[in-house]
Amino acid sequence: MTSSRDDPFSTDRTIGRRGLMKCMAWAGTGVLWTMSGGVASSVLIGEATAATRSAGALNFAQISDTHVGFDKAANPDAIATTREAIARIRALPTAPSFVIHTGDITHLSKDAQFDTADQMLGELGVPVFHVPGEHDTLDEGNGKAYLARYGQGTKGTGWYSFDYGGVHFIALVNVVNLRPSGAGFLGEEQIAWIGDDVAHLSASTPIMVMAHMPLFDAYEPWGWGTADALPALAHLRRFGSVTVLNGHIHQVIEKVEGNITFHTARSTAFPQAAPGTPGASPGPFKVPADQLRGVLGVRQVRRVHGRGPLAIVDSTLA
Amino acid sequence: MSNRKHHRHFRLVPRGASALFLALTLLVGGTGMVGVVAGGVHAAAAARVVTVKIANFDFAPRALVVAPGTTVTWINDDDDAHSIVADSHSFHSQALDTDEKFSFTFSTSGEYGYHCGLHPRMTGKVIVKA
Repeated sequence: MTSSRDDPFSTDRTIGRRGLMKCMAWAGTGVLWTMSGGVASSVLIGEATAATRSAGALNFAQISDTHVGFDKAANPDAIATTREAIARIRALPTAPSFVIHTGDITHLSKDAQFDTADQMLGELGVPVFHVPGEHDTLDEGNGKAYLARYGQGTKGTGWYSFDYGGVHFIALVNVVNLRPSGAGFLGEEQIAWIGDDVAHLSASTPIMVMAHMPLFDAYEPWGWGTADALPALAHLRRFGSVTVLNGHIHQVIEKVEGNITFHTARSTAFPQAAPGTPGASPGPFKVPADQLRGVLGVRQVRRVHGRGPLAIVDSTLA
Repeated sequence: MSNRKHHRHFRLVPRGASALFLALTLLVGGTGMVGVVAGGVHAAAAARVVTVKIANFDFAPRALVVAPGTTVTWINDDDDAHSIVADSHSFHSQALDTDEKFSFTFSTSGEYGYHCGLHPRMTGKVIVKA
């Protein structure tokens, strides 16, 4: 485990400055996570090192918070940066088998915004697996437009699972019926489904969870969590290795909790402030134009070699 | 769905107003436009309108006391989208992008708590009393 790493959330829910600096240093450099038998370790890596590793049985990319339609001061041309992110994925030395999009595809759930997103993501040339963000369920039907487009074969408000490369993927929806705190919500039906979905799996099956909002308390005062994450995660405690990938907070934060590791992803559209930044709100955060691409980015997840560890590499658009 | 019904109820205000405007314009022709516009201003002045600003993830003012018949207009000054949802779900707006507005006319006395549908920690209330 990461015994040498200070947990920035260990004392209370306010992220310490020192902890934050560590997080940001990691985020900027790219982190290689390896995971074997539920034991995670990490080392800082150069991106070239990651890129030259051989392709494995599992190789996919994550893109998040494309917010198609956003054109405000924090990034007047979010379409352009998302196109750059897609080009980055296409240029990876080992092409991903598929891409997961962890929500906020659009900014306002408009048909034209979904159309533009689909057109851009189509250029990836590989399947894209979606979960909705709260910005994707703003239609009058509270997410019916999203379901009509991406919901085929899903349950409830759009949750589903699939298997790939020996890994069991669980795609969750935690953006419907947000709690008064602002936190996400899964609901009893979805949580019961998770239990049923994994019941037949052996504890050695690696689990990969994707959802829009974090399934840990990234910052409670801004609602950056999921109110009923614990009963959902209880179904996954018996597994040796559980990885949770999400978006929503537009920055990379990682947390390890026993067998479960949480990774939030960068946006391709605009950054958000670090938790608790004085005077900031949980909305678009303007940085100097020449720094914008340093805070936007994508993620690649690969099985490094035959023994089964996973490498999770975040890279910026800079 | 009750939400839809109430939303339509809200929409009757501007739609009715523009329909009336159009009808009168067609009736009286070009020269009548001034009178119609003046009539519209008069009607607006008779029914009080109060504005709530949405800025920095907050409503300003957070609490309002208004007379029955008052129209409250919310304006989004933030770069993020927000929406207005009654705690009772008796009315709600669509997502409001920057500079977009939503209006609702409170005809019945009572206390109406509301929140942002995207950021429910943002709360406000309208107290309607004669």
